Amino acid sequence: MSLFDHGVAKLHTLLKEGEVTVTDLVKESFDRIEATDDKIGAFLTLNEDAFEQAKRMDELAKTSDDPLFGMPIGVKDNIVTKGMRTTCASTFLENFVPAHDATVVERLHDAGAVTIGKLNMDEFAMGSSNENSAFKPVRNPWDPTRVPGGSSGGSAASVAAGQVLFSLGSDTGGSIRQPAAYCGVVGMKPTYGLVSRFGLVAFASSLDQIGPLTRTVEDNAYLLNTIAGHCDMDSTSAEVEVPDYTAALNQDLTGMKFALPEEFMAEGVAPGVREQIEKAIETLKSLGATIETVSIPSVKYALSAYYLLASSEASSNLARFDGIRYGRRAEADTLDEVFTYSREQGFGDEVKRRIMLGTYALSSGYYDAFYKKAQQVRTLMKQDFAKVFEEYDAIVGPTAPTTAFKLGEQLDDPLTMYANDIMTIPVNLVGIPAISVPAGLSEGLPVGLQIIGNYFDESTLYRVAHAFEQANGGFKMPQL
Amino acid sequence: MARITEAEVRHVAGLARLAITDEEVTHFTEQLTKILEFAEQLDELDTTGVEPTTHALDLKNVLRKDEVRPSLPREEVERMAPDWENGQVRVPAVFE
Repeated sequence: MSLFDHGVAKLHTLLKEGEVTVTDLVKESFDRIEATDDKIGAFLTLNEDAFEQAKRMDELAKTSDDPLFGMPIGVKDNIVTKGMRTTCASTFLENFVPAHDATVVERLHDAGAVTIGKLNMDEFAMGSSNENSAFKPVRNPWDPTRVPGGSSGGSAASVAAGQVLFSLGSDTGGSIRQPAAYCGVVGMKPTYGLVSRFGLVAFASSLDQIGPLTRTVEDNAYLLNTIAGHCDMDSTSAEVEVPDYTAALNQDLTGMKFALPEEFMAEGVAPGVREQIEKAIETLKSLGATIETVSIPSVKYALSAYYLLASSEASSNLARFDGIRYGRRAEADTLDEVFTYSREQGFGDEVKRRIMLGTYALSSGYYDAFYKKAQQVRTLMKQDFAKVFEEYDAIVGPTAPTTAFKLGEQLDDPLTMYANDIMTIPVNLVGIPAISVPAGLSEGLPVGLQIIGNYFDESTLYRVAHAFEQANGGFKMPQL
Repeated sequence: MARITEAEVRHVAGLARLAITDEEVTHFTEQLTKILEFAEQLDELDTTGVEPTTHALDLKNVLRKDEVRPSLPREEVERMAPDWENGQVRVPAVFE
């Protein structure tokens, strides 16, 4: 039994009644990290001041009205935290201590959430297995010989292992949803622009989005309530009204229409995943929804378009790591050598590979053939998805084609590794929201159901995900 | 064919300010060729006259008022860079 079994709403009541203190919650986190993180490797840095903060907050807990007050959270290590090391799991930033908080961190602190520490990830969020961390891999709490997914592997694993109540991740091509699926937790990639990117170390700026990973759909809605909304410091932040996402819960699905793209159930989907998703479809039908198979032919091209666009943007964004302003500087005689050697020594293989690919795709003579072409394909995909949403409330399917694979299994072949994201990438290219919710186990490993919605329609996703979760049983804690 | 040569890989590494080893040149040449060949499937799609999407949302320029705002304190910013002296970032000599 863990205090975190209660979830946000119940814990909030217990705090107000004085049955539980903020210190109890922080202690629950640190005890669990102490007991399990040698095995999991989810944390890169722990907040040394957490207990002090908790102590100061204990007195205020009974009068606090914010549901997140006192709740322990883990933050992916590409989200900057003032005075707390932020490494992006890169040697380059091994000793980088930011001078400010990201907007999301500021909002969490204003709400009273307690940062427990910074979570491991693939270096600069590039990867699907967390093996690209420069410091240590994260292991899947369901089976430590397997990967937790990536790039927000630490964010997903820490929630699944009960180390924190919830966490923040970032999703550029599936980096919240795929690890959420592999670790059996709920992960939401919000609409592009809903959550401020100020203080998120940029990977691919037109695709990146911060989002919550939680045990339950309800907790996810609480967390998004806190972090969503316009921010002056992010020029791509949308000016939209943020509804109370918890208001979308506890509704049935009568009359709703969902599309199941045949491309998401094509060959390449593991039989065990297919079986759980087919069961999930039956569950959704039993809840009153109609589901029809559709075709979205352009998703076939999403992977190619994505790797060209994301790598191109990354090659530009990561130019700031020059050895001058942040983090590491190599010993060198000339300024140019400072650049080239700092980058050679500071970046890992996958990061270099993507910088190379992106630089090539943007270079003179190839721009039209690769970068512009990929942007045009992105337009076609937006049109295809818009057509689907004219007729359907949401799109459903698997989050990933397989369950968690073994460490080392896909390291040698970048293309095989990239294919893990085939069902999540289209969502980022189009800019719409999607959630992954646990949909049972296949051979002892979690499968995720992905629900994709129209722009700024997170409420519909929570409604569907919550109804499904209630019918299906929801979060299960792995035996560790 | 998007066959990328070792010379191109060295050129691109130069553009990206990456000092790469001979070994890296060999494996990047091989891997980038594979990735680019895969990406050529995009040619199957006719995109004549299709506007490129640069962003998910149709955004307009976002401007703020040109007002002085408090900046980050220098002593905190100093922690971010590897080498500081007298409130300035120190770099190797740029000119002889």
